[in-house]
Amino acid sequence: MTTQTAEAGQSAYNFAYLDEQTKRMIRRAILKGLAVPGYQVPFASREMPMPYGWGTGGVQVSAATLTPEDCFKVIDQGADDTTNAVSIRKFFERTAQVETTTRTGEATVIQTRHRIPEEPLREDQVLVYQVPIPEPLRFLEPSEVETRKMHALEEYGLMHVKLYEDIARHGAISTAYAYPVKVEGRYVMDPSPIPKFDNPKLEMAAIQLFGAGREQRIYALPPYTQVVSLDFEDHPFDPSKAEHPCDLCGAEDSYLDEVITDDAGSRMFVCSDTDYCLARRDAGHEGAQGARA
Amino acid sequence: MSGKFFEEFSQDFSKNLWGAPQPLLQVEGLSKFYGARRGCADVSFDLWPGEVMGIVGESGSGKTTLLNCLAGHLAPDTGRVLFDTRAHGMQDTVTMSEPERRMLGRTDWAFVHQHASDGLRMNVSAGGNVGERLMAVGARNYGDIRERATDWLGRVEISGDRIDDRPTAFSGGMRQRLQIARNLVTGPRLVFMDEPTGGLDVSVQARLLDLLRGLVREMGLSAIIVTHDLAVVRLLADRLMVMKDGQVVENGLTDQVLDDPQHGYTQLLVSSVLQV
Amino acid sequence: MIQIENLSKTFTLHNQGGAEIPVLTGASFSVAPGDCVALTGPSGAGKSTLMRLIYGNYRAASGHIRIGQLDVAQAAPRQIIALRRETLGYVSQFLRVVPRVPTREVVAEPLLALGTPREEAIARAEALLARLNLPERLWSLSPTTFSGGEQQRVNIARGFVHAYPALLLDEPTASLDAGNREVVLSLVEEAKARGAAIIGIFHDEAARDRLCDRQVDVGVFTPARAA
Repeated sequence: MTTQTAEAGQSAYNFAYLDEQTKRMIRRAILKGLAVPGYQVPFASREMPMPYGWGTGGVQVSAATLTPEDCFKVIDQGADDTTNAVSIRKFFERTAQVETTTRTGEATVIQTRHRIPEEPLREDQVLVYQVPIPEPLRFLEPSEVETRKMHALEEYGLMHVKLYEDIARHGAISTAYAYPVKVEGRYVMDPSPIPKFDNPKLEMAAIQLFGAGREQRIYALPPYTQVVSLDFEDHPFDPSKAEHPCDLCGAEDSYLDEVITDDAGSRMFVCSDTDYCLARRDAGHEGAQGARA
Repeated sequence: MSGKFFEEFSQDFSKNLWGAPQPLLQVEGLSKFYGARRGCADVSFDLWPGEVMGIVGESGSGKTTLLNCLAGHLAPDTGRVLFDTRAHGMQDTVTMSEPERRMLGRTDWAFVHQHASDGLRMNVSAGGNVGERLMAVGARNYGDIRERATDWLGRVEISGDRIDDRPTAFSGGMRQRLQIARNLVTGPRLVFMDEPTGGLDVSVQARLLDLLRGLVREMGLSAIIVTHDLAVVRLLADRLMVMKDGQVVENGLTDQVLDDPQHGYTQLLVSSVLQV
Repeated sequence: MIQIENLSKTFTLHNQGGAEIPVLTGASFSVAPGDCVALTGPSGAGKSTLMRLIYGNYRAASGHIRIGQLDVAQAAPRQIIALRRETLGYVSQFLRVVPRVPTREVVAEPLLALGTPREEAIARAEALLARLNLPERLWSLSPTTFSGGEQQRVNIARGFVHAYPALLLDEPTASLDAGNREVVLSLVEEAKARGAAIIGIFHDEAARDRLCDRQVDVGVFTPARAA
């Protein structure tokens, strides 16, 4: 089955699945997004051979970004080996025949769902985010007409109402992911549902592109763009994480997943970035339960 | 002694009310048409600082259209609405840019809707509702915002321990008081009210009226109140404008218009009120 | 202080065939500071109408009503409001207040409107209510449920809580017992002594004789009625 279908795919699909006109349209949206950092650019999102919510926005942005020379990596919640990541990686292996990798440092285009890799990215890399809901004001203002007006006029008081509600209800800003940021002092942006731990990394050397397929929006952060997490003077932004080192590689600076290991409630903390964890263990680092794993 | 006493008063008089040098709001020849139908036509008046003006008329008389044109919610077809802005003096709010007008809408202006659910965020706590305007103009200290919200809830007679409850848990009267607190927290100078006591129980109305009177007096607010309830304007408004078919038929001191109406329509309106 | 010049008033009833009812014509008189003038004349002569015209409650058809330098017949609403707030007090026979507002607040309101600090305004209101023998237990209640005599005293307290330079009194001693009547009469005398110009309607002849320097027969200004 495998060889024949792959070969059939090679001849049947245009490079990276989308036709050239569509990719051009998406590239125009990406360029506009880069020119106006944080601004949500509408684009004519296409039907993709996967359901909404599986990263159709990110896939379209990746398709428009990839060149035959690129090396592609896909992560889902930091992991290269989840269904979603594997499917998307296979999709581009088949339709674009690009090289793929799980190594952050080797990749030139990384598509991500809900994480930023721990290893700092470089200027020659592009990070593509899958975005479910691009509109940070949606939580309190359901009208799209009104939220667009609010962005246009920089009326962002509502964003702080959301944070106020958090503190009033929980004693602290409890928003732990999709934590809103202000870009270059202008647009308030939803960084997609990355943990707030990743927010400081949004100021980086690589190009960051955000694609929302169902919502038909693309936005972007050029390299070294100023990205400030919203907060109150007396409740400053805190990119906290679990107070624990990774049980496999012993890293104390990485974002951790909590894994329940048996019915008795035993648990372990492991790096959510699987490549980072593996690379550390290959280099000889070891966590509390590293030997067993 | 009395003569001197009086001279001082008279001098005060030659100045304007509260010594204000000019009106807060000047409306000139305002008209709004819906196709061929007249919403309101050729309305002109001045509102001075500290004045409360009532607009009465039956449903469809154009009073709500007029209010929405004044508050910038509707674009009038002709006419000017000059407002004495803090920064640049008299400005025509009809021709000013939308950002400027919206900025007025959350600083110097306030709008109290008939239905509190139109003027409140029903899924946000009382404190968040009151704090929103503060945050909209740049307040970034949670403690300060909360303190001012608590203060304002007290001023509208909502107990401080309700600050984290949502308006959905409030009675109609409480919602309306919350809406007022949310609007007045930034110290606006002009408040637009659309049937503020409509749909409330009579006993709740009385409390709200008393509250509004006190706030108007203490804050030196100017207000424009649209209502069909003549009892409400008698108690709240200094001046009264009577509208019929989109036009102002009579305009004057509230008790004068109600007790000595000059226009036939006003006479009919006043004589149609049931006596209690 | 108060000068009435050639004042006329006509009611036009638009909904009754445009009937014109002249009620007052050519009224002229003046009141100096410290003077009290009684309006007299039979019922229906237009005493109350004249009072309402002076207060600005009715709109004059022609003529002038000068109070200090303001002509009430010509003044803008806000000028009349300022006049009422600062200069011209009115004790009417009817009490019109926001329901559920406590009596002490009702009485203090004219002072609050003038910007008097709240504590002082309330203290002055309470002193006056005490002087008018209104039981203290009533002060925190709304006057809407009071008896006629009690309401009358609340009205009087409201009218005297600020030292208005001009005062209009409509039957201030009606429905009062002898003791309270005496309090009201002395309040009026004190107002006169401080130089207030007062116009009053008194059916109480003894009160009228004691307080008033002159009488103006309003009947003289009543137009001959068309048959």
